[in-house]
Amino acid sequence: MPAVSKGDGMRGLAVFISDIRNCKSKEAEIKRINKELANIRSKFKGDKALDGYSKKKYVCKLLFIFLLGHDIDFGHMEAVNLLSSNKYTEKQIGYLFISVLVNSNSELIRLINNAIKNDLSSRNPTFMCLALHCIANVGSREMAEAFASEIPRILVAGDTMDSVKQSAALCLLRLYKTSPDLVLMGEWTSRVVHLLNDQHMGVVTAAISLITCLSQKNPDEFKTCVSLAVSRLSRIVSSASTDLQDYTYYFVPAPWLSCKLLRLLQCYPPPEDGAVKGRLVECLETILNKAQEPPKSKKVQHSNAKNAILFEAISLIIHYDSEPNLLVRACNQLGQFLQHRETNLRYLALESMCTLASSEFSHEAVKTHIETVINALKTERDVSVRQRAADLLYAMCDRSNAKQIVAEMLSYLETADYSIREEMVLKVAILAEKYAVDYSWYVDTILNLIRIAGDYVSEEVWYRVIQIVINRDDVQGYAAKTVFEALQAPACHENMVKVGGYILGEFGNLIAGDPRSSPLVQFNLLHSKFHLCSVPTRALLLSAYIKFINLFPETKATIQEVLRCDSQIRNSDVELQQRAVEYLKLSSIASTDVLATVLEEMPPFPERESSILAKLKKKKGPGAVSVTELEDNKREGGELNGGGDRGPDTAAMAASNASTPSPSADLLGIRSAAPVGAPPASTGSLLVDVFSEAGPAAPSAAVNDDGFLRDLEQPTETSDSLLVEGSGDSDSAPPSEDPAPPLSEADELLNKFVCKNNGVLFENQLLQIGIKSEYRQNLGRMYLFYGNKTSVQFASFTTTVSCPGDLQSQLNVQTKPVEPLVEGGAQIQQVLNIECLTDFSDAPLLNIKFRYGGALQNLTLKLPVTINKFFQPTEMSSHDFFQRWKQLSQPQQEAQKIFKANHSMDTEVLKAKLLGLGTALLDNVDPNPENYVCAGVIQTKSQQVGCLLRLEPNAQAQMYRLTLRCSKDSVSRRLCELLAQQF
Amino acid sequence: MQNSLRQGKLRLQKWYTATAERDKKKMVRELMQIVLARKPKMCSFLEWRDLKIVYKRYASLYFCCAIEEQDNELITLEVIHRFVELLDKYFGSVCELDIIFNFEKAYFILDEFLMGGEIQDTSKKSVLKAIEQADLLQEEDESPRSVLEEMGLA
Repeated sequence: MPAVSKGDGMRGLAVFISDIRNCKSKEAEIKRINKELANIRSKFKGDKALDGYSKKKYVCKLLFIFLLGHDIDFGHMEAVNLLSSNKYTEKQIGYLFISVLVNSNSELIRLINNAIKNDLSSRNPTFMCLALHCIANVGSREMAEAFASEIPRILVAGDTMDSVKQSAALCLLRLYKTSPDLVLMGEWTSRVVHLLNDQHMGVVTAAISLITCLSQKNPDEFKTCVSLAVSRLSRIVSSASTDLQDYTYYFVPAPWLSCKLLRLLQCYPPPEDGAVKGRLVECLETILNKAQEPPKSKKVQHSNAKNAILFEAISLIIHYDSEPNLLVRACNQLGQFLQHRETNLRYLALESMCTLASSEFSHEAVKTHIETVINALKTERDVSVRQRAADLLYAMCDRSNAKQIVAEMLSYLETADYSIREEMVLKVAILAEKYAVDYSWYVDTILNLIRIAGDYVSEEVWYRVIQIVINRDDVQGYAAKTVFEALQAPACHENMVKVGGYILGEFGNLIAGDPRSSPLVQFNLLHSKFHLCSVPTRALLLSAYIKFINLFPETKATIQEVLRCDSQIRNSDVELQQRAVEYLKLSSIASTDVLATVLEEMPPFPERESSILAKLKKKKGPGAVSVTELEDNKREGGELNGGGDRGPDTAAMAASNASTPSPSADLLGIRSAAPVGAPPASTGSLLVDVFSEAGPAAPSAAVNDDGFLRDLEQPTETSDSLLVEGSGDSDSAPPSEDPAPPLSEADELLNKFVCKNNGVLFENQLLQIGIKSEYRQNLGRMYLFYGNKTSVQFASFTTTVSCPGDLQSQLNVQTKPVEPLVEGGAQIQQVLNIECLTDFSDAPLLNIKFRYGGALQNLTLKLPVTINKFFQPTEMSSHDFFQRWKQLSQPQQEAQKIFKANHSMDTEVLKAKLLGLGTALLDNVDPNPENYVCAGVIQTKSQQVGCLLRLEPNAQAQMYRLTLRCSKDSVSRRLCELLAQQF
Repeated sequence: MQNSLRQGKLRLQKWYTATAERDKKKMVRELMQIVLARKPKMCSFLEWRDLKIVYKRYASLYFCCAIEEQDNELITLEVIHRFVELLDKYFGSVCELDIIFNFEKAYFILDEFLMGGEIQDTSKKSVLKAIEQADLLQEEDESPRSVLEEMGLA
């Protein structure tokens, strides 16, 4: 037993601990403990009253037993007795026990609170500190309720001892963290902020933790702390190493306080006051200069403390992101650390550089270190450091170095640690897609990825390569050729077989001209892998086979034979059996035309977010998405936008989507005439432009089309280059709480509701928004249903409806706030009351904000309140119609538009839409029975607007002419705009 | 949260966030596995769950802190060092046994240094002064006990 030095008299405790340590086995230990527990229990229950000393000793033993990992369910009462004692040592042990073995028994808590109350008012600083420690250790809601109002008073009272102030500050911080609603600073705020000026460094050190936390939550109230913090920091930074006596740590003046001051400043934007800012920049420069000075001590503590301040200063510089000079200096400093012999510094430098890489001022400077970072990836012995290096490569990647970085990451993958392979694979896949200049490189990269790390290639990755190949006809031939070659390898990964099967099934015809990859060779190659594959892959291959029958009639007999054999048609797996039976039947009875229609090439994928990016985000957790990705999302109007897919292919994809006929059109065989790999048929919108410029009454149409085209172009033109350099502006500000700009597809979503009142307005991975609405005269009521699709609660859920610009005076929308919490899987409802004051063109905006796993989600949609909602149908005869039509003959009263059909031209569908519009559909009015005419009156509070509509379809040309005449010209234009999107 | 541990035995633990006992045990087990598997010369920081782990080995003891995303790793390393210095100064070249037999003292020192996970005072003098003051009070309180009486009660 060691000699116990100071102030210890509990020999019995020491003996017990010795006994336990001498136990040879776990069983012996448990036996000894049980014996002791029985003994203590009997003492506590015994008739003889125990003196304080014995109580203290037994309580200590219980504590020791608990710390060994055993459950303790008694002794709390004795501990409370001890802490109510007047003897310091008994009190101390009592508090310790209660702090470690927190108990929620309310009677007990009442007793403890009583004792604490006594100690707090005892004016004995040691007792007060013990009580404050206990409150901070337990930190329960009950304690907050009892003491949250008392502690600020102790903290700022003039006669409170310094040591008590320190404890009070941190105790208050703990209560604020657990029960922020109970800690009301109000009147104390300014006195708490001024603790930064306290002459006792210990008080400042403790108080600054509290101030930082309060500033994060209430930046405005605490913003006076900025100038105080700067002057305090400046005094420390410029002091000689001995000035601060005991607060100098290994020749570094007050390192903890310095770090905390720098941390506090990161709660705020750069100081507005020029003098304060100048002083701060001076401090930061001094800190950077000191890093270059020779060390004052060889001890690692000296360099750690010094560099802790340096890294915190660099964090602040990155946070401001406004001083190019400092950013580049920071980057150079970190560059030196990349080759430092201390592993810790290399690790931190890599990590810190990751954030520097996203600043436009330092991105280029970071890139100069690429060789060092690649070297780190190859040679670092510690996997956590290699992981940081891989993260940094990912962050510094842009178009100029993508090929090099992707190649390095691929070669690293061959030996990478299993723990990080999947993430690496995702990162390579994202970089390859994001920076692909030519898509053959992209295809090569992904196939390499599958070859090297096939097991770690998740479904999202190979789905993605297929989506891209299908959406981009310029790469299809190359992809077919490459997978064909990759499949030649005797052992290839099952994911390769999946990609190969899919791509050859779609585009095998593009390489069939070469006798070395003739249809039969392709088929035999695929089929040679069949038996080694799992059921889902086999199912995919069977589908590829039936596609082959369509692509290459000459393979029909061979494939039918394969399908017909027992191992397929009688397969014990239902899915495989069903596919074999159905495909066999289909290939035998269907005519070539039908087969061609059914097995036609897949249409482009209508996709917005790269599924891989979504996966990476999911993997890292909602709070942990890297800065770059957050930036991207912010730029695209909030994470919910899901606009992660900003590859160069977006525009092409969107364009081809816009012109893809609906499935019903497909069946009519319209598209089967199109040659494989035809360019995206975006001619539709071009035609409109030509027509509308030619027509006299078409200014509105042209404007509308412009907007449409601009929307399509946006992803390629802006977001791609911004990704790399443009993050500067948005990075400097703290996460914006301003409503996001409306989603790029907000107009599209709005258009879906012109002819209907109910449906799903918006949906992404987190949230679904449904709408039900009804209108009468100039009034409307809309029910919004917000559904949480995740299993996690949405916090701080708020919705705001606003009427931008002129709309404010045109439309009146009223609603009540919604509940701030939406449980996982739950749905909440909001009712809007709408009044149309006068005719209008814009749509009200609905902004939704909430926190999902800590990350703020912010999105803005357009509410589908359109002018036609206030239509009253008007029945009238042919004679009346044409009479009124003539009355509305001023040029500005008419709006006309000629456009290509975007949807089915089926009569019933058209009728349903026109009725949905709210007008009366008039039969037997137009001399041409193919045409549609409608009439209605729009009801607004200030006036009624009569409207006549004529829609002339031309089925042969797949075109429409739409004409509107209204008694108010703005209404004609708006209706024409809205309706042109509907047909 | 702060732990000192060795060979899979936990000597001291302090939690600064409310955590259920069962989760604590699970986390401690997991953390021990990770930290004990680290080789010398490896970096002292690692990512674990949503937290960052900062650890340092002193003789047979590992000292380990779990900090949050935005906290400073290097200064945490020095928090550990300062705590070890405090123990050393108090016990006079501290060893593992001191912490085992005087665990309550180790707690008091830790409490004087850190509160609610934040540094209360970084001055060695202030912290030790507070502890020594408490010891003085303790000595005044207590009259020596006879060995026999101790044995009887044990």
